[in-house]
Amino acid sequence: MAKTTFLDVADKNPLQTIREFLKSILNTDDVQALLVPGRSGSSQSIMPVLINDPDLIDDADPLSPCFPVNSARLASKLSHKPIKGKIAMVLRPCEIRALIELSKLKQADLANTVIIGIDCLGAYSTKYWAQINATDADSLPGGLPDPGNPNDPHLAAACRACEHFVPENADILIGLFGINTTEKIMIQGITDAGMALLKNLPQEMVEETSEEPVAREKAVTDLLASRIEYRDTMFETTRQAIDSHEKFVRYFDRCINCYNCRVACPVCYCKECVFNTDVFDHDPYQYLQWARRKGAVKLPADTVFYHMTRVAHMSLSCVGCGQCSNVCPNDIPVMELFRLTAADVQHAFEYEAGRDKEEPLPLSVFKEDEFTDVVGIG
Amino acid sequence: MTEKHHPLILAFVCNWCTYTAADLAGTSRLAYPENIRLIRVMCTGMVDPQYIIKAFLEGADMVLVSGCHPGDCHYINGNYKARRRIRLLKEILPRIGIEKERLRLTWIGASDGIQFSKTMQELVVQARKYGPNPVSAGARISE
Ligand code: SF4
Ligand code: SF4
Ligand code: FES
Repeated sequence: MAKTTFLDVADKNPLQTIREFLKSILNTDDVQALLVPGRSGSSQSIMPVLINDPDLIDDADPLSPCFPVNSARLASKLSHKPIKGKIAMVLRPCEIRALIELSKLKQADLANTVIIGIDCLGAYSTKYWAQINATDADSLPGGLPDPGNPNDPHLAAACRACEHFVPENADILIGLFGINTTEKIMIQGITDAGMALLKNLPQEMVEETSEEPVAREKAVTDLLASRIEYRDTMFETTRQAIDSHEKFVRYFDRCINCYNCRVACPVCYCKECVFNTDVFDHDPYQYLQWARRKGAVKLPADTVFYHMTRVAHMSLSCVGCGQCSNVCPNDIPVMELFRLTAADVQHAFEYEAGRDKEEPLPLSVFKEDEFTDVVGIG
Repeated sequence: MTEKHHPLILAFVCNWCTYTAADLAGTSRLAYPENIRLIRVMCTGMVDPQYIIKAFLEGADMVLVSGCHPGDCHYINGNYKARRRIRLLKEILPRIGIEKERLRLTWIGASDGIQFSKTMQELVVQARKYGPNPVSAGARISE
């Protein structure tokens, strides 16, 4: 049973309050370091930072709408082998869900982590962030992204279509929705590990236990409804954009096979991508052969093959974080295709990426009596 | 493209069951259509979804994966794993305009020579009905 408490916000500055809270977590004996979005040195962009020195906590900026990388892959690097103590990680809900997928692949060990999830206000594309060149969340035009305005056109499409803005499977939750964050911030210990850690914090930090505010439920329900509406429209548009082979080819017709989308994808799990191996380092003869057989062949080759391979490999684990679209140099709506396909395939296997760490990856298990309808030629 | 459509069907068959059945069909002098290209694999469990995607992108009109009956797989459960992969592919192939019926999975045991021959004939009938693979739009694998 989750334990709910509140932090008092000083000087109407929720960011500073969250920093102080994270600092006290970093000060506990068991926590070795804190992985958190932030700014180190002269960096303008918000990137994941691994903070060891509690006095550097002001580098942390976990509320920023800047989201240049899904940290799940970094969290995996930090946790896949045993360490002394734990690393506390402040992650967005989609990063937590991707990390859960990686843990099923034994590419992360959640036992080495304490996951702190924050109600997600959504993110801007990295390009838009660079444009507004904000130095701090507080100085953004209009302040933080307004979760009450899910139609903010600057929010990434992935965020506008996201139903998972309240972190699932965190050890500790920092709640913002339905709360007047200039006065209070909600803290919940969700797992035993999370509750144990909260017990070790100074008492004045996390005082009385109380209930979730009533306004929170309504805020979450309302936001969910508008997200689902956006998502369904997005699905419909995408479905129509790719309902034939010609249209699929057109969808990717400015793809340059840079594979950025794969690099950015937190759940593209292969240690070495087959498209980087000799298998796809074709001989000149091979190209000539294709050209001869088909009359002409578009280059670079294998574009559709690449995207379909990615669909086959990871659509069951796609968490819809939108990083694939974020990094595409030619602004191809990659996320839209992947989310739509992910919805279909995850539904087919009654699976949901990132929902439950005990739920096995669909292609790693089987039942003797299932999917009998795919067998036969009838 | 007025001449009759000669469909091309790629069949991944497992060494221990369906390939043996094909062999039996051969030694029993049971004919099966020339439209089928057999690719022998050790087990249906080793048929990577990539092979199937590639086959369709290169113009195959149908792809068959065929192996041992449930319980008979020589690697214990390869065919069960294959069945999940086929289920996945049937969901994603329509994304590139490949109707899911163009991909088939069957269990044909080592002694089922007659069934092998019948299945191949039926597949060719189906492939003619579906028409050319929309991906190739005229470009055929040289026959
Ligand atoms: S495919 Fe795109 S949206 Fe899905 S997990 Fe990968 S980067 Fe995120
Ligand atoms: S990032 Fe864009 S251009 Fe690069 S491979 Fe992906 S879809 Fe193609
Ligand atoms: S050996 Fe025939 S399906 Fe596995």
